[in-house]
Amino acid sequence: MKRLLLILLLSLQTLAQAECLTRGTGDMGVIIERASGSVLIIDTTAHQVLSRIEGLGDLSHASVVYSRDERYAYVFGRDGGLTKVDILCGKIIKRILQGGNSIGGAISQDGKLVAVSNYKPGGVKVFSSDDLSLVADIPATPFKDKRSKTVGLVDAPDQRFVFALYDTGETWILDMTDPAKPALTKFTDTGRLPYDGLITPDGRYYINGLFGEDGLALLDLWHPEKGMRRILDHYGRGEQQLPVYKMPHLEGWAIAGNRAFLPAVGHHEVLVMNMGDWKEAGRIPVHGQPVFVMARPDGRQLWVNFAFPDNDTVQVIDSETLKIIKTLKTGKGTLHMEFTPRGEEVWISVRDKDEIQIYDTRTLELKQRLKARKPSGIFFTDRAHKTGL
Amino acid sequence: MNLFRLTMLAAFALGISAVASANAGPGSQRQAEILYLLRHDCGSCHGMRLEGGLGPPLTPPALSRLSNEQIVATILHGRPGTPMPPWRPFLTPEEARWLAGKLRQGVAR
Ligand code: HEC
Repeated sequence: MKRLLLILLLSLQTLAQAECLTRGTGDMGVIIERASGSVLIIDTTAHQVLSRIEGLGDLSHASVVYSRDERYAYVFGRDGGLTKVDILCGKIIKRILQGGNSIGGAISQDGKLVAVSNYKPGGVKVFSSDDLSLVADIPATPFKDKRSKTVGLVDAPDQRFVFALYDTGETWILDMTDPAKPALTKFTDTGRLPYDGLITPDGRYYINGLFGEDGLALLDLWHPEKGMRRILDHYGRGEQQLPVYKMPHLEGWAIAGNRAFLPAVGHHEVLVMNMGDWKEAGRIPVHGQPVFVMARPDGRQLWVNFAFPDNDTVQVIDSETLKIIKTLKTGKGTLHMEFTPRGEEVWISVRDKDEIQIYDTRTLELKQRLKARKPSGIFFTDRAHKTGL
Repeated sequence: MNLFRLTMLAAFALGISAVASANAGPGSQRQAEILYLLRHDCGSCHGMRLEGGLGPPLTPPALSRLSNEQIVATILHGRPGTPMPPWRPFLTPEEARWLAGKLRQGVAR
């Protein structure tokens, strides 16, 4: 009898969980659990896990964008899965397998379109953010017997998307003003093996990191007619590049004042770049090869994590003095960091400890840990209103 | 009946060779570490399920065109000019050989 009661109670509890929350979503977020195909919905004010949603497929290298009402999260999985999640109801609204192998996505300026960047078959597909129906299919340039992988997909002002072609070294602007007539502008001289791209927060400059040669490729979206420009091309020249055990990510421009900070490919350094003339303004020696270099929203600090085998550490850099002010031993498999909207906290995922660590960015002290299964990407809803995120 | 016996014998022989090769390779704890490395660290480029990402798939059909030695060499020395890094600092030749065998056989995903 007691057991029966318990079962009844438990099922009531699950029923309660299936109900939708009535609250604002501005202090909510999604955490990817990469090995179990699940995501956690979290509350950044209460420091709480609100629910776990399962059945999202292969989430290694997954990322998330948000609808402009900050209610729906679009989760891009490695297996080509695109899942629309209602974070208030804690459930999947719709899930499609749109490609064989994908690497990330973006949401359009008006919030109506979701674009996905695919490795296989190489290209970009655009869907309605409402029902995930296909709006446009943009195959990439043929390469060998396949099509080039696409990388670094971002949204840009004027209802555009921008992405790069890894194998063929191109950058394409996709204008979706008329969804029935996608318009492409192609730049075929990006450089060898662009591996990721990013756009400045104002949506003006698009930059590709290059794996196959020195420097970065820059496109001014106010003046696409001027074409692509190579910047920092002296960087790394004649220097022995170290093997790269994890590709750096360029997501989230770390900009502080008039300087931008980037992970240096194959070097234990953070690159400092002057935004006025795109010239190198210094290098900061760090603990390992940086993967993410993220600026606190006010630009006062930079938080850096590292590639295998140094992925047990996070370093904090003062953006003014360029000095490392703290080295944190967060634990093996430190994969991602996300600041709360105004930056008083940073949440860090530590895969091998199955936990999220929450740090106070003023004291640089650990405030709290949350349990999560093999967590990787952390995505807070304020991304909904940021170009390129 | 005869066939049954033969299969049993073959299975027995296979079992022995499996034990023998396991003895030559890394110990069971190290094997688990290598498989974790494969899933998570190789997985960051080849996909956690090894079905491909920036790097090509590492599934048995995809690797069938390569010999064991070629796979071992790729793992240990990487492929210069591509993002495939050398794993020699983290894997011994014996461990790489064991891993190559595992990959050709198919790792439970
Ligand atoms: C930083 C990214 C990266 C990581 C990490 C990585 N690889 Fe690779 N790997 C590649 C790329 C890219 C290629 C394709 C190289 C080429 O173009 O020939 C490749 C190719 C290979 C190949 C040859 C496949 C074929 O079909 O030719 C094997 C085998 C391989 N990798 C095994 C591994 C193993 C095992 C690990 C982990 C111990 C690993 N890789 C980690 C990027 C990576």
